[in-house]
Amino acid sequence: MKPAAALRDAALAALVAFGLFAPLVGLRTEVAEGGLALRGRWDDVAWLCLLAFLGRFALMALAGRRLHVSVPAWLHRASRYAVPCCLGLVVVLPWLPFVERYELDLGILVLTYVMLGWGLNIVVGLAGLLDLGYVAFYAVGAYSYALLSLSFGLSFWVCLPLAGILAAFAGVLLGFPVLRLRGDYLAIVTLAFGEIIRVVLTNWVSLTGGPNGLSGIPRPGLFGLAFTSEEGGFADFFGLEYDPVHRVIFLYYLILGLALLTNWVTLRLRRQPLGRAWEALREDEIACRALGINVTVTKLTAFAIGAMFAGFAGSFFATRQAFISPESFTFIESAIILAIVVLGGMGSQLGVAIAALLLIGGTELFRDLAEWRMLIFGAAMVVIMVVRPRGLVGTRTPSIALGERRAIGGNYVSEGH
Amino acid sequence: MILDVENLTMRFGGLTAVHAVSFQARRGEITALIGPNGAGKTTVFNCITGFYRPSEGRLTLHAAQGPVALQKLPGHRIARAGVARSFQNIRLFPGMTVLENLLVAQHNRLMAATGWGIGAVLGLSRYPAAEAAAVQLARHWLEATQLLARADDPAGALPYGAQRRLEIARAMCTEPALLCLDEPAAGLNPRESDELAALLLRIRAQGTSILLIEHDMGVVMRISDRVVVLDHGRKIADGPPAEVRADPKVIAAYLGDGDEDEAA
Repeated sequence: MKPAAALRDAALAALVAFGLFAPLVGLRTEVAEGGLALRGRWDDVAWLCLLAFLGRFALMALAGRRLHVSVPAWLHRASRYAVPCCLGLVVVLPWLPFVERYELDLGILVLTYVMLGWGLNIVVGLAGLLDLGYVAFYAVGAYSYALLSLSFGLSFWVCLPLAGILAAFAGVLLGFPVLRLRGDYLAIVTLAFGEIIRVVLTNWVSLTGGPNGLSGIPRPGLFGLAFTSEEGGFADFFGLEYDPVHRVIFLYYLILGLALLTNWVTLRLRRQPLGRAWEALREDEIACRALGINVTVTKLTAFAIGAMFAGFAGSFFATRQAFISPESFTFIESAIILAIVVLGGMGSQLGVAIAALLLIGGTELFRDLAEWRMLIFGAAMVVIMVVRPRGLVGTRTPSIALGERRAIGGNYVSEGH
Repeated sequence: MILDVENLTMRFGGLTAVHAVSFQARRGEITALIGPNGAGKTTVFNCITGFYRPSEGRLTLHAAQGPVALQKLPGHRIARAGVARSFQNIRLFPGMTVLENLLVAQHNRLMAATGWGIGAVLGLSRYPAAEAAAVQLARHWLEATQLLARADDPAGALPYGAQRRLEIARAMCTEPALLCLDEPAAGLNPRESDELAALLLRIRAQGTSILLIEHDMGVVMRISDRVVVLDHGRKIADGPPAEVRADPKVIAAYLGDGDEDEAA
């Protein structure tokens, strides 16, 4: 755009800004003697108009250029070592000197969301099925563990696979009726499913305790060693001094293990026919059918496996908190997990991990800013989506290659339906 | 005989798109299905490949393991019975590489080798050998379609003619008894059309029967063994190319009534 036109456009924007801000900001009523007094804040209005003018001008000046930020070559080369380095850092994190109880708890929270993001990535990122009710499976897993351990006294390690299986079963249950739906319709039905689960949990008081939730959920032990100060506990067995942090460190490694399991299974499945069929389904369902792929079964496996990992994460959540209630499984959880997947780049494992760290860790970082932090959060998300519309990692790595494996640009990859 | 179509009728509400059409496709031959726009060719195709369920009639595939009634099978079973198809508007997996496209086509065989996913995750299976065989088959068809150099490129990045060839290669990777091609020469330049004709003759030579919808009469007359002509949902001629070309009814159908939009 020509500078003159851009200037005119920016001036127009400043005029609109003046029209808006003059009454909103410029005129302020204050309590004065004998009633209200009007105070003008015209310097603030001037600043705001100038800001609108400059912002609009910058936007116009940049409009001709592509805003996509490309990754420089050296960063690309360095990224090969980035993953092992990050993984190493995550493993040694509990032993670093500056890591206290608070940092560990934050790490556990982030890892839980990384795991949930990876689980949902199977459904949304690979199979291309937009699921807005993922938290339902998380809830199924959490309540499965809580009820099984409270009612039957089963240990965490027995309940974990059971909770996964029950969540996977819930996934299949949801999958069956929604298989013929696509896009918006699928999203709405999964959203409804998430709400149904939450409402059932709230109202089935005799089983779930209703809004009061379930408390006193048993803590997991390490091969039968409980993390207590009593004799025969973990600390006693290893001759250590009892420290409540032991349990937190154990929980940290537990969720790290579960998250890595999710990642490992996903990465393996992606290189298998099943994973390729998921991606093919995302690209073109009709072509899949013409090639003899059973679309129903393939979609169901994606739903079931995604749900299973949510179930694992759910039982971890229950055992960490020792208390669960329907409050923890609201729609906003589903939205956050979906935001992690979309922000990370659909189908990208690394992107999802980074996005979870940014979203969950970031909101914790800005906790001091109180209500402003949601504003920062929203603005950051808008910026990322403008600069990198395909998410942080928008490219797709082929699952197999005759020669060198080259990343596929996001513009070719479809986003599913 | 590979495919026997008997009294195929397809109605959409009040509209009868295909009316009691019967024809046969012979084993090892190229059978062309031609007709003006809206004659019901693609509807016949969609019935054969399971995208529509016929209102009436029988479709019998005489596969190696005996006759199969196609009209009763669910969509994904038809490909397993030995019918592969291409689409009029190309339907590849654009975000996957050329090689991946061909491996997805071999999904069922590979899936069986993985022990339905479980064994493969644990790495305990015959899967590596099966995948190597699948890559070998893919390589064979990539060579046949001159796409080997682009095996690791995303399918969506290929030029139009190459995408058409890739769709044929992908269909052939399902190892079909009958290959159904919906206007494979549409949008190709004359040189590409010639290459396509040579490719189809090569596919026929190695034993796969072909059923072809095509508007490019040059290609049809050159490579077809038999031509079936549809007009307004009815069969009006059926015979060798030379005979059909001289048929006054066929000439009237092409030069006579105006065009209508294709039913599918």
